[in-house]
Amino acid sequence: MTPANRPTTTDQHPLLSVRDLTKSFPAGRRGTAAVRAVDGVSFDVAEGETLGLVGESGCGKSTTGRTIVRLLEPTTGTVHYDGRDISHLSQRELRPLRREIQMVFQDPHSSLNPRQTVARIIADPLLVQGSPAADARRRALELMELVGLIPEHGDRYPHEFSGGQAQRVGIARALATGPRLVVADEPVSALDVSVQAQIVNLMERLQRELGLAYLFIAHDLSVVKRVCDRVAVMYLGRIVEIGAKERVYAAPAHPYTRALLSAVPLPDPAAERARERITLLGDPSPSSQLRSSRGSPRRPAAPPPGCTFHPRCPKAQDICRAEAPVLRIGMPGEAREVACHFPETEAAVTVTPGTSPGARGTPPRARR
Amino acid sequence: MTLPSPEDAPTPVERDEPLLSVRDLGVTFTTGRGRVRAVDQLSFEVRRGRTLGIVGESGSGKSVTSLAILGLHTGADVTGSVRLHGQELVGLDERGLNRLRGRRMAMIFQDPLSSLHPYYTVGEQIAEHHRVHFGSRRAAARRRAVEMLAEVGIPEPSRRAGAYPHQFSGGMRQRVMIAMALACEPELLIADEPTTALDVTVQAQILDLIVRLQQDRGLAVVMITHDLGVVARVAHDVLVMYGGRAAEQAPVDALFATPAHPYTRGLLDSLPRLDDADDEPLRAIPGSPPSLLAPAPGCAFAPRCPRATAATADERLRCETQRPPLGGPAGHPAACHFPSYEGAPS
Repeated sequence: MTPANRPTTTDQHPLLSVRDLTKSFPAGRRGTAAVRAVDGVSFDVAEGETLGLVGESGCGKSTTGRTIVRLLEPTTGTVHYDGRDISHLSQRELRPLRREIQMVFQDPHSSLNPRQTVARIIADPLLVQGSPAADARRRALELMELVGLIPEHGDRYPHEFSGGQAQRVGIARALATGPRLVVADEPVSALDVSVQAQIVNLMERLQRELGLAYLFIAHDLSVVKRVCDRVAVMYLGRIVEIGAKERVYAAPAHPYTRALLSAVPLPDPAAERARERITLLGDPSPSSQLRSSRGSPRRPAAPPPGCTFHPRCPKAQDICRAEAPVLRIGMPGEAREVACHFPETEAAVTVTPGTSPGARGTPPRARR
Repeated sequence: MTLPSPEDAPTPVERDEPLLSVRDLGVTFTTGRGRVRAVDQLSFEVRRGRTLGIVGESGSGKSVTSLAILGLHTGADVTGSVRLHGQELVGLDERGLNRLRGRRMAMIFQDPLSSLHPYYTVGEQIAEHHRVHFGSRRAAARRRAVEMLAEVGIPEPSRRAGAYPHQFSGGMRQRVMIAMALACEPELLIADEPTTALDVTVQAQILDLIVRLQQDRGLAVVMITHDLGVVARVAHDVLVMYGGRAAEQAPVDALFATPAHPYTRGLLDSLPRLDDADDEPLRAIPGSPPSLLAPAPGCAFAPRCPRATAATADERLRCETQRPPLGGPAGHPAACHFPSYEGAPS
């Protein structure tokens, strides 16, 4: 399928539209309780756009990605692709759509079959979709060239490739069926620092050339800032802030986004010394959610009342402990939405482009 | 804080004498596919109260180096010299090493869960440490364990001392590891990717803790990491490793301001940064880190090096066939035939 004969997304619906998605897993001794890994997540991804989904371990970002591509079944909520509700389709009904929605995984080596040649691995989605073997192979070799691999290496096995090359194979496989949406789950975090930039550049080039939309799931805020148009920040299963990258990074409105950005170490000793950091107490893991402050397990079915971030929030008030703040849905056209009773209104605390640490105007407000 | 007086109290180090001195360290493994020189001709020093950041990618030899300092390589051929307080550690027998490990030098690892015993409470594990090295009584050792847990910021330390490792979160477990490492007042702490498995907000807490404890105790710290941001935050001096060798050594500000080795410069250029102004394509380093099984005769970085590529044929031949020695200014040496000490990257 070439971009030309594809139906374009109309104004009525974005390419991907996720509404109130939840995914619960059984927990507790007898599996009677439930942990809500994803708890009412809503967002849209427009054609050709990159939405970054960031958060710390256990925030539900990967589960969200896997639920969208139906590697996991959603508990409640809907996923519309190209205007069509795909959240309740059977796996058989989904198969034609698998051409259009593909996934790239974190660990390139464990996501490639070690007993198949890379040409066979890349051709696999085409074979599943019923392409003749010769066509699929020819296309696989073309794809190798597209992602910067040498087609002559098509008969080699994954272990003969370095991590960065193996991730190129994973990307080529994802592109084999000509998808419009690629869900990339931590695509560069297993790679060496010197190789990450190659893969980031490759993904950006492919997006321009092929008009792909990415749901880019990552914990590395610097990488996400580089590749995304919009960004959604997740905390304990919920989106706490979503909006245009420029807005979220320059003036984060949610205290968690602020703390997250201020915690990223900058590769610049002078900036590091000059910087004001917001140090959060506690940790973000869902297991801590299951434990009360006294260390005894809290019933998993009963998460903390109010805002889930309030136990770690430097500015939590009574209302935060009682009432969960609501996030309005962040549409592609809107600048930003935040789920907080007391969103920040000042400019960023992080170092902004072009300002040397000494030259910053007003120092950021000191925080408790 | 009360300490039972250790029978082998550390001799005070002379002011200018390094606490840890590594000279010409070499580590060779014999594998089914041949001998691998994982670390070669590595030399560095760490003084009290200073943090040396060792930066490198997978296979650069940074972790092998840390294990070699502690004498934890069995079956590897370790050559050269590692001196702690002037005492030679290479070739020292297990008994001698055991007296130093955990007592004079301690280590924390990336994954605290796999470094803690699941069957004993954390209090017992810290206390055991103390009893082994100081022969202290059970009650005194337990008190010491609680003190240490308090010092590393674990709430309700006397109660939490009775908890098992799985009952702690990742960040709290790393605090437990730090408490254990520092329980016997070592002078040298080696931290091997201590925050790599942690979330960024927790990483900030642990780095702050390590910096505070170092200042309080005048520790010498070796921080091994792949993250230049972590180095920028905690290190005083930096050693960049590539292919088992030192590529560049410098005080932290000099390294980031004027990276002399093209690999260091390439790393800094290729990083996506929060404080980047615009969205030009990243300046990626082509290729992959080298295999140590078949090391190139020349500079390990030459196949990926922009300076070697841009050089004349003669110069390139030099890069490809002659291994560059670590040279240049004494305070900022680089292992490159064409080092550049001018200007910051980007």
